[in-house]
Amino acid sequence: MSADKNQWQSICKLDDIPAQGARVVKREGKTDIALFRTLDNRVFALDDHCPHKGGALSHGLVYGDTVACPLHNFKISLQTGQAQAPDEGHTPCHKVELRDDTVWLAVD
Amino acid sequence: MQKQRLVLIGNGMAGIRTLEEILKHDKERYDITVIGDEPWGNYNRIQLSPILAGEQKLKDIILNDLDWYAEHGIRLVKGCAATRIDRERREVHTAAGEAIAYDKLLIATGSRPFMLPVPGAELDGVIGFRDIKDTERMIVAAALHRHAVVIGGGLLGLEAAHGLKLRGMDVTVIHLGDWLLNRQLDETAGRLLEQSLAERGLKLKLGAKTQTLVGENGHVTGVRLESGELIPADLVVMAVGIVPNADLARDAGIEVSNGIVVDDKLATSDEHIYAVGECVNHRGVSYGLVAPLFEMAKVLGNQLGGCGKQRYTGTTTSTKLKVTGIDLFSAGEFMGGENCDEIVLSDPAGGVYKRLIVRDNKLVGACLYGDTSDGAWYFQLLRQERDLADLRSQLLFGPPRDLGDHGTSGASRAAALPDDAEICGCNGITKGVLVKAIKEKGLFTVDDVKKHTKAGASCGSCTGLVEQVLMSTVGSSFQDAPKRKSMCGCTDHTHGEVREAIREQHLVTLADTMKALHWKTPDGCPTCRPALNYYLISTWPGEAKDDPQARLVNERVHANVQKDSTFSVIPRMWGGVTSPAELRKIADVADKFNVKMVKVTGGQRLDLLGVKKEDLPQMWRDLDMPCGMGYAKGLRTVKTCVGKQFCRFGTQDSTGMGIALEKAFDRMWAPHKVKLAVSGCPRNCAEAGIKDVGIIAVDSGWEIYIGGNGGIKTEVAEFFTKVKTEEEVLEYSGAVLQLYREEAYYLERTVHYMGRVGLDYIKSKVLEDATNRKALWARLQLALAGEPDPWQAQLGADAAARFTDLTV
Repeated sequence: MSADKNQWQSICKLDDIPAQGARVVKREGKTDIALFRTLDNRVFALDDHCPHKGGALSHGLVYGDTVACPLHNFKISLQTGQAQAPDEGHTPCHKVELRDDTVWLAVD
Repeated sequence: MQKQRLVLIGNGMAGIRTLEEILKHDKERYDITVIGDEPWGNYNRIQLSPILAGEQKLKDIILNDLDWYAEHGIRLVKGCAATRIDRERREVHTAAGEAIAYDKLLIATGSRPFMLPVPGAELDGVIGFRDIKDTERMIVAAALHRHAVVIGGGLLGLEAAHGLKLRGMDVTVIHLGDWLLNRQLDETAGRLLEQSLAERGLKLKLGAKTQTLVGENGHVTGVRLESGELIPADLVVMAVGIVPNADLARDAGIEVSNGIVVDDKLATSDEHIYAVGECVNHRGVSYGLVAPLFEMAKVLGNQLGGCGKQRYTGTTTSTKLKVTGIDLFSAGEFMGGENCDEIVLSDPAGGVYKRLIVRDNKLVGACLYGDTSDGAWYFQLLRQERDLADLRSQLLFGPPRDLGDHGTSGASRAAALPDDAEICGCNGITKGVLVKAIKEKGLFTVDDVKKHTKAGASCGSCTGLVEQVLMSTVGSSFQDAPKRKSMCGCTDHTHGEVREAIREQHLVTLADTMKALHWKTPDGCPTCRPALNYYLISTWPGEAKDDPQARLVNERVHANVQKDSTFSVIPRMWGGVTSPAELRKIADVADKFNVKMVKVTGGQRLDLLGVKKEDLPQMWRDLDMPCGMGYAKGLRTVKTCVGKQFCRFGTQDSTGMGIALEKAFDRMWAPHKVKLAVSGCPRNCAEAGIKDVGIIAVDSGWEIYIGGNGGIKTEVAEFFTKVKTEEEVLEYSGAVLQLYREEAYYLERTVHYMGRVGLDYIKSKVLEDATNRKALWARLQLALAGEPDPWQAQLGADAAARFTDLTV
């Protein structure tokens, strides 16, 4: 492999994630990752942790390429992990790819 | 494809707001050119009075600096007037000799001060009060000269007079009317204002007509009245009215009658040319206040942005004078008239006067002086055309002042609050933060303030106070919530319109609804999606499919999310009655799943807290009890007292009645949560007076109360009717709830629905019309018959994908 410390791993099929929904990937000793699937079948991966009060973003409502945190409705961009103004904060994003109908995640 | 060319003549608030509305929808649609004869970007003209009064600086009132135009790729031709519109070639000619081509032309040329055509009007030192240049001239004049005369005792004239007085001039106001602000105030309030302004040292000449302006060496030196009196003047400000700037349009052959004539789509007689703002004549009215301009801008912006065909139907305006320390407010038909009742409070010595005009039991006008704290509330009642039956006797004293309702505090009180006073308790927003955002970002509506600061965006109980802070900060440019309020940013349709469309057009899916109603977003937002889903399933039970992805987490996983992202599980206990066997089972389940807390809820059942999501399905299987829907916008509980089976005071079997109601309405989704209670006697131990439907047993039958609420704002339920039998209790309660289910807007509690439509309306549909009542009750039963238990429905084969996690 290259110098990239991330390893690509196949995680699940696209259909294992509900459209306009999310699925959690547990990691040993690390923050869970939430995989999001938008209406138009794009896939994103973010830490499952809202920068505000730590709500599980995987429980949020997915619309466009945004997820609204279930606790206090912080709106987090799936593209960048950035909270929408006037809220502030950032959730780490992870590299994720759809190869055919399989979801691949780069995990460190 | 080449973009369409959009040219805007007039670089002011109405035109630029229209562009902003267009850009919100579609940034790429047009090549935009703006032609403005002033040398700066768009500024907040309304704040010129505070600048004159020395309360604000020029840089504070710029709304769009030059960077804004550059950022949006807009060409700004500034300091250059448009001189001619060539409709055949579709070109606008400018003073610099340029011809700018357009596909669509927007005229927003505003208005100019009406200059009295009296001899001497052309002298130096005679000005209007319209723009930055006028304001600067007044400031200079105040530094050099002593005597100022303001002609016109309207809003603008008084604000000018006040500003000049503060700058040290000796100011006389000449007013043709018999009292000041006679377009906004009745005589009593006008007199109070007169007294207050006189105390501030303004000289007031009422019922006075200007005959000539006299001058020396081309500069004004005085104003002669028809009475012969000569008032010395080094500066004369004409503020007797405005004239729409319609010359360009008229010269181009566009229909003009006073203003540029536009239809409800803001189109002129030329289909390629639109007009908004003070330059137009819409249904015979030309406006000179900001609220209507912004409403027009929104309608036209949506249309040009490619979003729907909303119509502009006129604006009810309200007035507030921006003179620090003087509180006056007027709205609607403040003078009253035929078939009007007047409710008046007059305390001249105390400087307080309130006059409310009521027609057909609705507020149609208000005029307040001295204490305007309830102005926003009256204005709201006026625009909503709310029925006053339940409010009338107390109307003059403002909104019902309940504990914890911050919204009832007034503008004057809001103004007096210190900057560190907390306005929004949910989000910790102080008044200082609000005021700063309002000023810096040029906010005019409560919705804007919510969006930029989050104040009022959570529980909403501070909305009234936010509105007051907004009002006291921006004065009459305050734009309260529009009469028609769209559901969310994804659409311009109101909740009512969306409900109607779903019914009329037989829409059964979210996608079809969004398509049919031209949603601006591909799949909505957290505000509209849950609302649409509810409207669909409540309108077309059995036909529309419940979409779990359109529900927030609680209703998606059928449990209540907690701050640590665990859930709480509440099984149903019919009427709050349980048994030893059931309790043992619950105890076993609590042990097995390491439940962190077992708590008795306010609704008489048990809550198991701290449950992991993946444990939910197994827990439901083990409990083998119905879902309590303790998380739902729907039926929560029916609280009961012991009743006559045990209680020595009990008159009826309240427990049995409660169980029957809970079984009848079980699995019922609703616009918001619904709570019931049944008490066995008027001692009312089950607290039926604060429930959506409360039943109180009396010896001769059952009393039914509706619209109570124990939440953010405690509301006592209204007596609805009295019935004899248990069957009737079910039928009447069921009919009321079905009416609410069919007609209320999403997240509207019964009390708010009742406030909107009126108790009498509900009575007419349920009490007075027996056929309709039975039909409503039948529809509710039909809807509930097909509704599965939410927990059982979750236990299907696909449960894994919804409740279990993946691993790496």
